[in-house]
Amino acid sequence: MQKMYSKTSHQEQVDKLAPKVETIKFLLDYSKALSVNDYYNLKFEALLN
Amino acid sequence: MKTNTHTDAVLVSAYINGDESALSHLITRHKQRIYSFIYSKVYNRDVTEDIFQDTFIKVIRSLKRGKYNEEGKFLPWVMRIAHNLVIDYFRKNNRMPKFENKDDFNIFSVLSDGALNAEKQIIKGQVENDVRRLIEELPEDQKEVLVMRIYKEMSFKEISLQTDVSINTALGRMRYALINLRKVIDKHNIVLTN
Repeated sequence: MQKMYSKTSHQEQVDKLAPKVETIKFLLDYSKALSVNDYYNLKFEALLN
Repeated sequence: MKTNTHTDAVLVSAYINGDESALSHLITRHKQRIYSFIYSKVYNRDVTEDIFQDTFIKVIRSLKRGKYNEEGKFLPWVMRIAHNLVIDYFRKNNRMPKFENKDDFNIFSVLSDGALNAEKQIIKGQVENDVRRLIEELPEDQKEVLVMRIYKEMSFKEISLQTDVSINTALGRMRYALINLRKVIDKHNIVLTN
């Protein structure tokens, strides 16, 4: 019984979730690599790795 | 700069002006809320990870393209993007239901390739040839009924009309045809299985 009541609720587990470190690193690297160039009214995206 | 105390608006504007570390702070600040929000809808860690990533790819592209109008609503804007991607995910999944293999269930144990492999195709051909040759050995009247019933898929009524005999006679000929075939098969120990 104690176990049942002391178990963390599903909602609490959901609240503690966070993305993987790799995912965040990928996003930061993607951001650094991406550049948008304006040419008159056009915008060109360039991914420079 | 003390980024922890800066508002989202300040960080967004710093990021647009080329400060890459501002994005890192924005992600760190909001990652848990956005990730939990996505997970609460899809209940799958891998899918959540994908949608989270796609959300921020959209955020980064929009910010770099100057499409974002700062109105002090960075988090609601990101949440809206995540929400739309979650909807897209469910729409796509409805069109194409996905089966996941779990420990106790593997979809490939239910789905199988019905086609025979090369060896079995050859055996099937040989068995069919043997059966045809055996049928050729039957008396003419029995052979006629058997061919009409099995190969031409005619009903016994049609067979009786075409051969000009009663239905019972046609049934009897079919019965004897099968009995005779079995006899020959037993006698010569012919194996007719694939």
